[in-house]
Amino acid sequence: MRGDLLIMVPLAGALVAAAWPSDRTRPWLLPAAGLVHTALALWLLARPPAVAPGAWLGFDPLARAVLPVVSLLFLVCAAYAVPYLRMRAERRNRVFVASLLAVLGLLSAAHQARHLGLLWVTTEALTIATVPLLHFNGTPRAFEATWKYLLIGGTGIALSLLGTFCMSYAYVCGGGGGDLAFATLMAHGPALSRPWVLMAWVLLLAGYGTKMGLAPMHTWKPDAYGEAPAIVGAVLAGCVTTVAFAAILRVRAVVAAAGAGAATDRTLLVIGLCSMAAAAVFLLGTRDFKRMLAYSSVEQMGVLACGAALGRAGVWAALFHVWSNSLTKGSLFLSSGTIRRAAGARTVDQVSGMQVVAPRSAAIFVAGLFAITACPPFGPFFSQLRVLRAAFETGHGAVAALFLACALFAFFGATRLVFAIVDGRPKAEARRAAGRPLESAGVVVPPLLLLGLSLWLGVATPEVLRQAWTAAVEQLSPAP
Amino acid sequence: MSEPVSLLIGLAMGLNLLALATSRMPSLIRIVAAQGVALGLVPVLMADQASWLAALVAAVTVLLKGIVIPNLLRRAMRAVKIDREIEPFIGFVPSLLLGAAGTIAAVGCTRLVPLLPEHAGTLLVPGALASVFTGFILLIGRVKAISQVCGYLILENGIYLFGLLLIRSTPLLVESGILLDLTVAVFVIGIIMDRIQRAFDSLDTRKLTVLRE
Repeated sequence: MRGDLLIMVPLAGALVAAAWPSDRTRPWLLPAAGLVHTALALWLLARPPAVAPGAWLGFDPLARAVLPVVSLLFLVCAAYAVPYLRMRAERRNRVFVASLLAVLGLLSAAHQARHLGLLWVTTEALTIATVPLLHFNGTPRAFEATWKYLLIGGTGIALSLLGTFCMSYAYVCGGGGGDLAFATLMAHGPALSRPWVLMAWVLLLAGYGTKMGLAPMHTWKPDAYGEAPAIVGAVLAGCVTTVAFAAILRVRAVVAAAGAGAATDRTLLVIGLCSMAAAAVFLLGTRDFKRMLAYSSVEQMGVLACGAALGRAGVWAALFHVWSNSLTKGSLFLSSGTIRRAAGARTVDQVSGMQVVAPRSAAIFVAGLFAITACPPFGPFFSQLRVLRAAFETGHGAVAALFLACALFAFFGATRLVFAIVDGRPKAEARRAAGRPLESAGVVVPPLLLLGLSLWLGVATPEVLRQAWTAAVEQLSPAP
Repeated sequence: MSEPVSLLIGLAMGLNLLALATSRMPSLIRIVAAQGVALGLVPVLMADQASWLAALVAAVTVLLKGIVIPNLLRRAMRAVKIDREIEPFIGFVPSLLLGAAGTIAAVGCTRLVPLLPEHAGTLLVPGALASVFTGFILLIGRVKAISQVCGYLILENGIYLFGLLLIRSTPLLVESGILLDLTVAVFVIGIIMDRIQRAFDSLDTRKLTVLRE
């Protein structure tokens, strides 16, 4: 019951935002709804409710393992949105605020969907709801990014619907009723028709993989993250991708129950390493620090896909990585937004000396960079270490070697770019901006908070989270 | 499976090839509209007895795919005053050959997968696969935004056709999925095209190349 509130509160907030008369006070609805949502999510994390086995929507162990971090990240982004939207007073924010709240509601619904069809409907709605966020800036480049997002994302969504139909037909062919509740599908796993299940897996992986941004379906990501406001980038990279990953985990559990687990692991490993390698190559080449964040996100998605393929310990590590990646990526995006405004440009050719112009944000950005490239003692270091350990335990030595090589090159690429913009003498245009009040507490504290959470997650992972991840692994691959 | 249903799906498969071959945008839109109407009629003919649900699905599908969306596309085409010639990225003859090969492969593949007895020997699965494949060729092989949207519509028609396999077992899934997907995707794509036109004065997606490495 309280799980439903997680969906209802933000959606009601979206309606209120759409009707709210004043552009100046409307942004406060974001942290208000975010606060209620986070409180509820943390409460449910501490006291998981019982989920009726046949329910289509419910706060089940997987939702419990992922949804609280989505909620936390959203709350911090919402707090950042208030000063941000005040700075962008020239643009109307009615659609932006309403869409952002709708996105939160749909995220909660998608994480709690225990039915493949319902999951598809919420993912589709989520894609549509993010479109107004992407072209908030209204520039021709933002339109270009939105067009690509819609065309590639739309095709991905279409493929995942086809995959959903294939899964349903697999059940019908196996003598079932075609019902797509995950619990039912897993219980009838051995009866599902094998060729249709494999077809469904390929299509669903391609579809949700597009949403997640796995290579080679990642091409929309740099454009979208590069052109969207920093908050939107953080919400897309830290919240929306988790929905697609959770969907892939749920589908994988069904396919494994149908007896094709080895095939899913192979495809996930290949696609995960491909994503990491592609991201490393592009990170070495890109000159734009917002696009760098997108490629870094592709790399992290590759880590998640690899983790999901490496047995129970791997899935546990992947869930850990979802948390550490979301928190760290959020801090990087939010601080990059301030740097972007201070510099007035985004490429290394035009930006330098940010430690003089925006010292606090630059410091957070550098620390966040070390965190996301898996330097100790931040969260991503420990979660990637666990993925590696799972790889060795399951006898995937070659995978571990490739994994490390890609991570190393990604580290080179990202540090090269970040130090180019942080060090040196500021350009003339940025020096003029240095006089303006750029770094108010409202835009510095949120990314710092996220970075602190990432650190805390690394050095002292709370026991309740460990339990939640273990319970989710238990749900996805029940011990024989 | 009755004779008229196979006839309609065969017609849709022929329209796929026509869509690949045509070089004029108005005729491409007309082909997509005709395919939508043909496929919209299929659930009525498939139902054993006249049911109001099948009739409703058919009416809504025909209205959307046959009238509303083609009109939106025509309006977009007039609004941007673009050249009515379709510029191919993959030429007309190669894409036609690809499409024909895909259709033959779709018929061949259908023999390999297990089907329920009532679906064996029908054109539902090959028609669906061929349309999905055709949609992909148009999405990749055409340059202008409107022809890409037409490709997306043909892709969706293929998925709709596949969904008809399940209309008895999970009608709710099939209907809600299709209608939501269809309306929203095209609506938003239409709005975006309107904005793209203001920003670029052309619907040539080759010009959308500022953002790249």
